[in-house]
Amino acid sequence: MSEVKYSKKHEWVSVDGDVGTVGITKHATEQLGDIVFAEIPDVGKTLTSGGEAAVVESVKAASDVYTPVSGEITEGNPAIVEDPSLVNKDPEGNGWFFKIKITSPDELAALMNKADYEKFVEENPS
Amino acid sequence: MSNLKTALFDFHVSQGAKMVPFAGYEMPIQYSFGIINEHDKVRADAGIFDVSHMGQFSIVGDDSICSAIEKIIPIDLSVLKMNQSKYSFLMNEQGGIDDDLIVTRVKNGINIVLNAACKHSDVKTLKNILPNPDCATLHDHLALIAVQGPLAVSILEEIVPGVADLKFMNGGEFSYDGETIYITRSGYTGEDGYEISISNEKIIKLCEELLSKNKIAMIGLGARDSLRLEAGLCLYGHDLDKTTSPIEADLMFGIAKNRRATFDFVGGDVVKAHVEKGITRKRVGIKLEGKIIAREGAKIFQSEKEVGVVTSGCFGPSVGSAVVIGYVNFDCSEEGTSVELEVRGKKYPAKICLLPFYKKSYAK
Repeated sequence: MSEVKYSKKHEWVSVDGDVGTVGITKHATEQLGDIVFAEIPDVGKTLTSGGEAAVVESVKAASDVYTPVSGEITEGNPAIVEDPSLVNKDPEGNGWFFKIKITSPDELAALMNKADYEKFVEENPS
Repeated sequence: MSNLKTALFDFHVSQGAKMVPFAGYEMPIQYSFGIINEHDKVRADAGIFDVSHMGQFSIVGDDSICSAIEKIIPIDLSVLKMNQSKYSFLMNEQGGIDDDLIVTRVKNGINIVLNAACKHSDVKTLKNILPNPDCATLHDHLALIAVQGPLAVSILEEIVPGVADLKFMNGGEFSYDGETIYITRSGYTGEDGYEISISNEKIIKLCEELLSKNKIAMIGLGARDSLRLEAGLCLYGHDLDKTTSPIEADLMFGIAKNRRATFDFVGGDVVKAHVEKGITRKRVGIKLEGKIIAREGAKIFQSEKEVGVVTSGCFGPSVGSAVVIGYVNFDCSEEGTSVELEVRGKKYPAKICLLPFYKKSYAK
């Protein structure tokens, strides 16, 4: 089973070998409301952790999606571009944003596990 | 300074509202239903909006107050019938709009509904020009709700008999639970509906009674914004401000016909010049291709040259794409003109279009 880690900016990364699949958490989608637009990064783009990777927009506002790990984009999810509401329906499954080839695996240690993330959300309600 | 609360604050919270600061008030941005569902509800059935943060201002007096009011609001009170409403502006010396408002003639004078963010400065301005400022009152003890949507008429008629007979932009006194309330057939959604002025004491009871009917729900400011944008209506402080003239805003209808001949109102010389000599920029609707959304502040280009700026933009659920209002140079303002909108550093093709984006007929 692949390991899932969470960032303080409400992204999740599911790690399988040296590739991470990244999306936004259910909590993030609940904060955003109805998602009506998603923009995914170009394949081959190199990003450092915390950098702007994708865009998600609700009716009211646009928000950046940051990558929780450094690496090179290997794939974007065209399904969420086609149907942005997929991010609301299945944020931590079919509503993923992009896959990234992780170049600094040690960054994963700085991210939270599910229990710690849930505690973080509880302590930092927005 | 903490934000003010309307009489419905606790009610909103009990209905699952997410409250946000807006124009000095804590207001519901959405309920648990979500903005798109709320938007669709108003288009399909009916919705209730708390707009008690807006200023309900009244001036009591005979015809002597009319000339004072007409000096700064370019309407023609001599042709405004009893209980008839008109959309107009509070003008400034520069020909700009200090606020956009609705004036209604009532039996003992005039009622004016003002934008929340402007109401206190508006009241100061209006009291200054009145012969007797004591006859003017901002009614903080009154709540204001809008009931909007195709079922608004049948639902409200069950509770307040007689409202179905009101014509669009007309109002009247009605009775509710032993209180005299004032209702106008008007709104800010592009749908048929009413605005109801009622005491802070009775408002919760009225909302509960409305919600006890089928096919009606509470609607937040989020859907109010997407509904009004689809209807091509302006939001003060965004699409209109102190520097925009009614002509630039393409809102000539807010100036009464005979006032357009005389221009005898505050800022009239500037407005006259805009009518006679033309304008350099104009408010337009803009249609983007695809799903991309341009929001307030997005720059508008034509062949690499900056020609304007977006003043409001969001996703329009009934249109299925972005609905955008902005100002462009006059020579780019014709319907069908190709422009580009800059979103996150990239330019996207768009076309100038007619407003509204979404149209339904009102009861005339």
